[in-house]
Amino acid sequence: MLSQQLVNGVLLGATYALFALGFTLMFGVLRVINLTYGFYFSAGAFIALFATRQWGFSIWLALPLAAIGSGLIAVLLDWLLLTRLRAKGAPELASLMVTLGAVLALYSAMTLLFGPDIRRLPPDVIGADALVFAGIRVTQAQFLVVGTTAVLVLALVALMRGTRLGVGIRAMAERPDAAELMGIDTARLAALVSFLSGFLAGAGGVLIGLNFNAIQPYMGEQMMLRGFVVIIVGGLGDLRGALIAGLLLGVIEVLTAGYLDSGLKEAVAFAILVAVLWTRPSGLFGQAVLRRA
Amino acid sequence: MTSLVVEGLHVSYGATEALAGIDIRVDSGKTVCLIGANGAGKTTTMRAVSGLLRPRAGTIRLDGADIFGMRANRVAALGLLQVPEGRQIFAELSVADNLALGAWLVRDDAEIARRRDQVLARFPRLRERLNQLAGSMSGGEQQMLALGRALMGAPKLLLLDEPSMGLAPLFVEEIFSILADLRREGTTILLVEQNASAALEIADYAYVLETGRITMQGPASEIANDPAVIAAYLGG
Repeated sequence: MLSQQLVNGVLLGATYALFALGFTLMFGVLRVINLTYGFYFSAGAFIALFATRQWGFSIWLALPLAAIGSGLIAVLLDWLLLTRLRAKGAPELASLMVTLGAVLALYSAMTLLFGPDIRRLPPDVIGADALVFAGIRVTQAQFLVVGTTAVLVLALVALMRGTRLGVGIRAMAERPDAAELMGIDTARLAALVSFLSGFLAGAGGVLIGLNFNAIQPYMGEQMMLRGFVVIIVGGLGDLRGALIAGLLLGVIEVLTAGYLDSGLKEAVAFAILVAVLWTRPSGLFGQAVLRRA
Repeated sequence: MTSLVVEGLHVSYGATEALAGIDIRVDSGKTVCLIGANGAGKTTTMRAVSGLLRPRAGTIRLDGADIFGMRANRVAALGLLQVPEGRQIFAELSVADNLALGAWLVRDDAEIARRRDQVLARFPRLRERLNQLAGSMSGGEQQMLALGRALMGAPKLLLLDEPSMGLAPLFVEEIFSILADLRREGTTILLVEQNASAALEIADYAYVLETGRITMQGPASEIANDPAVIAAYLGG
């Protein structure tokens, strides 16, 4: 029983981690709290929903399509909403209000278009049989969640640590002006970072839709609360912290639901957030920086 | 022979005028220094020339090309490289990564390796610290890294903003001897310094900047002997 709960928790946490990685990447490099981020999660799930239900795509095609589509939406929204504010050096509160207004408008528009019903991806997009090890059931959909998360996390770390482009992104995260002086086109790199964060959120949306009856326009909004918990506990801009904190949150939620009451899931998550902030204001892993990737 | 020509440069921060129309000229192969008190507009001049801030009016030409209002990354691509005030090294990256970033626009790996060898020959101290985080080095070492990083871009014109600021006297001496080497090798330099006596010693030509205006200019040796300059900037 406990081991099954732990497995379920890690699976849920993997999606949280994926979502939070994109959020913390965006925040750590672009230094802006962009509240439209949750929308990319909804967008990814809906793109996959249409790709599988309307066009009959397989999940192997729908997942990358949804991730890329969400990435492009992220680039477009960042450009539309924030370019002007950045050029004017507007205060952080301005971007917070602009993106808050925009994301509420986007969710309403989506509800108008697709209705408020809760849906899921067609169950037959992936095989139904589960593997059973030592009494623990793991479905193929759950394998896909863990596999996708692992691949994307490794790819992100390889990009940030092992490539010239990644070094440029880390330089820009630390000192945008000095990066410009090196000849780095920071506007282009910012667009790339937006794309990557939208890509991660979109992939997360598909994975949630695969395992739960969860697809509805405001799904991103509910995810944002968890996203904030994870990136703050993990340390703003800290990729490793987001990964660990995301997995932990998933496990804690599943254990709370299993042994206490499922209504307490959120309460426990936020109690942890407050406790962490009281004791370690810059996150669990201390000095939080994206640069350490 | 001209390298940088600045004419009638105006910069304002909101309603405050920081530069009230200044003219500066840096000829190819020369070292020109800009001296002045805190808040006179020295750093503003540097940032306007390198494209980090947008001037209100004026002209800025680099080797004849109009670079007024151009973004800093494009100005850098033309060979105008700035070592900013306070060094601005990437503290969370290794020394090697910092140097590599200096050659961001260079695509040829052999050329990058060649430049890196030259920079490390000039700053042997950096070689020992290649894999260390840049932020863990002393201020003087960080200044050498900032200079080395700019040299990785093979500057046509090097802008140096307060390279001796906050350094121990021994390092100040070392930095100025490196600047003297660069000058001898024919590097074109625009230098901003509060340490006016050291700057005037290595410069060919000097400008004095006071509250956003050029109040005096001439060959550095003449400026260094001017009674008003001696009284105001060279400690009597």
